[in-house]
Amino acid sequence: MPTKDEVFEKVQSALVDALGVDDDEVTPEATMVGDLGAESIDFLDIVFRLEKAFDIEIPRAELFPEDILTNSQYVQEGKVSPEGIEELKKRMPFADLSKFEQNPNVQDFGNLLTVSDLCRYVESKVGAE
Amino acid sequence: MRWMWIDRFVEFVSGERAVAIKNVSIAEEPLDGYAPGIAVMPNSLIVEGLAQTGGLLVGEAKRFEERVVLAKLGKAVFHQPAVAGDTLTYTAIVEDIQDDGAIVRAESRIGDQPQADVELFFAHLDERFPGKELFNPEDFLMMLRVFSLYEVGRKPDGSPLDIPERYLEAERLAGQR
Repeated sequence: MPTKDEVFEKVQSALVDALGVDDDEVTPEATMVGDLGAESIDFLDIVFRLEKAFDIEIPRAELFPEDILTNSQYVQEGKVSPEGIEELKKRMPFADLSKFEQNPNVQDFGNLLTVSDLCRYVESKVGAE
Repeated sequence: MRWMWIDRFVEFVSGERAVAIKNVSIAEEPLDGYAPGIAVMPNSLIVEGLAQTGGLLVGEAKRFEERVVLAKLGKAVFHQPAVAGDTLTYTAIVEDIQDDGAIVRAESRIGDQPQADVELFFAHLDERFPGKELFNPEDFLMMLRVFSLYEVGRKPDGSPLDIPERYLEAERLAGQR
């Protein structure tokens, strides 16, 4: 079972390779899209590298809850409803949604994920200590 | 449709791997003037040929129902130049196919010598890019036939590839015009 530091190192290395960024840019607080410049196609790359690095399967819906964000039951006038936020929390227990909750514009969701969210997600998959 | 940077497929296993050959000729315009005095094939066009090999492999895996475009080059390493008279053998291997795109590892060889290694990311265009097909169906089928795709193409169980009915229909209609 890898340690949290080992998880971070491998996630960092995957992001460096996939995004062409430097090691020191990949801090735990960095957002994938805003700070590291990830575009949608990069997530295919990142997820694939993580699957290989950790020998895990990553169902896309776990990291990218498109089905919730496009469901009119949970999204009204471009904002995620409190019910929708609850669904997102259930789906993504690894993500810190506290900032998003204050102004839950769907279009801002894409820039939510940070490096530490990604690490927590991987930790939950590999049972890191 | 003149933008063809492979000559033909010599092996094609649906959803898994494809091998195409490209004979480099001094008659090709891009070789003239790219590096004056040396009939070298631009590496960008080798990437294009590898992307055509891999892109058709990815497209065929879903019977050309997806609109496949090259989205990103993960890495590209060139070991030696390709010059007029060389036969390049392009091999593309599917690493992963998802709903939103695919990852392909591809290499170019001259005989038994490595010439290039690239990692290709293809996207399936979604509703953010509205519009119909990227190619006219009968022209596209003609191109696939020119590339010998359906002569050498096999499913993983070894049975021959079949041509999507909608392409055959487009071809029939075009023949009647």
